[in-house]
Amino acid sequence: MSRVRVLVGTRKGAFVLTSDGQRSKWDVSGPHFGGWEVYHLKASPADPNRLFASQSTSWFGQLIQRSDDGGETWAPVGNKFTYADGGPATHKWYDGTPHPWEFARVWHLEPSTTDPDLLYAGVQDAGLFRTKDGGQTWQELPGLRAHASAPNWQPGAGGLCLHTILIDPVNASRIFIAISAAGVFRSDDAGATWRPINRGLKSEGIPDPNAEVGHCVHRIAMHRSRPNVLFMQKHWDVMRTDDAGETWREVSGNLPTDFGFPIDVHAHEPETIYVVPIKSDSEHYPPDGKLRVYRSRTGGNEWEELANGLPARDCYVNVLRDAMAVDSLDPCGVYFGTTGGQVYASANAGDRWAPIVRDLPPVLSVEVQTLS
Amino acid sequence: MIRVVLPVHLRTLAAVGCEVTVEVTGAPTPRSVIDALEARFPMLQGTIRDHVTQQRRPLVRFFACQEDLSHESLDTPLPDAVIAGAEPFLIVGAMAGG
Repeated sequence: MSRVRVLVGTRKGAFVLTSDGQRSKWDVSGPHFGGWEVYHLKASPADPNRLFASQSTSWFGQLIQRSDDGGETWAPVGNKFTYADGGPATHKWYDGTPHPWEFARVWHLEPSTTDPDLLYAGVQDAGLFRTKDGGQTWQELPGLRAHASAPNWQPGAGGLCLHTILIDPVNASRIFIAISAAGVFRSDDAGATWRPINRGLKSEGIPDPNAEVGHCVHRIAMHRSRPNVLFMQKHWDVMRTDDAGETWREVSGNLPTDFGFPIDVHAHEPETIYVVPIKSDSEHYPPDGKLRVYRSRTGGNEWEELANGLPARDCYVNVLRDAMAVDSLDPCGVYFGTTGGQVYASANAGDRWAPIVRDLPPVLSVEVQTLS
Repeated sequence: MIRVVLPVHLRTLAAVGCEVTVEVTGAPTPRSVIDALEARFPMLQGTIRDHVTQQRRPLVRFFACQEDLSHESLDTPLPDAVIAGAEPFLIVGAMAGG
């Protein structure tokens, strides 16, 4: 019998939600690391009982926790994220002045698909780190910040964060990362060198709307079967590429607003994608107070509203960039968490929704494991 | 033997009670006490002092004998009462955040 395990990171700890394949009755465990911000948890595809969590506070800094028993018990591993020598000394601050590169936190953890000891971490200020020993020690991949544009990278409202890491499941040497607000970069040599892949993005909020670097990309998503096709929720605009980022085109189509944070892809239908439209960059809540997911079954442009079971009025939560995920059951389950502390689940690809929990702390991230 | 009181989150992290004791070689100072603390509880590395600068994290405070030692040099000798074990060295999470 299949099971699902939903890993939820919140402002005040981590929660693990589990259910059988029906996905109608849920057990909730947590808070783990109560009182700490947990920006992200993710499981190793190579060892489903191995979980990693990014735990931080402004008081006591960054910790990485690891579980080797599916979240029953946790132990801290290495937390030393030291930028490599020789990188740029400064990036641009909000006001355009140079600002020292300072480590703040780990936003995203991305385990290798094949090696349970190999894991990438995307951090603020933007940098990419890797561990080869299950999290005990971390080394920066310095090639990313060696890019000539790095001294001009500028933070988004949440900080200069490297928030998305996608590893090509066919060619592990190909890695995509996204930085707010620099854009998407690709490496074809396992992270040694990088180049920006933002052609086709247009951002009115920057001096050159078509700049090679400087776009506030909120998240990118990939279907395992088609690693050259990426979908993007940008600050404004939903985009797609069919050539691994060489060119992007807008697929916002009939969305009520094309601002938002998360984007994800159906587990079995690579042209079915999900977004949560948010009113605007200055009003981070759903339009008209109605929480709705939008689904496109055509890879963008034609979108349908998915509102069954979601609040139809007086709802002013946000859904953050890492707070949506899918399981791989059939039908595909879709999950998202809100800044109001709800985690919603749909066991039928978004047709109907129900909350698993309603009153967690603000949700920062949602990941799902499908377990056999 | 120096008595050290940890804030609740670091007690949980180190799996200890409110107060721990550490053996310090040489003159007890905040630096030598934290060095000894981190040697005994490696999971505390980086939580009290920044990994890179080795300076006190901004929202961590050091108190002893009703005095705030946070802005003293890390190499300032601790008060006699702390060295004698009559008073603990307190590591405190600053009151911040409303």
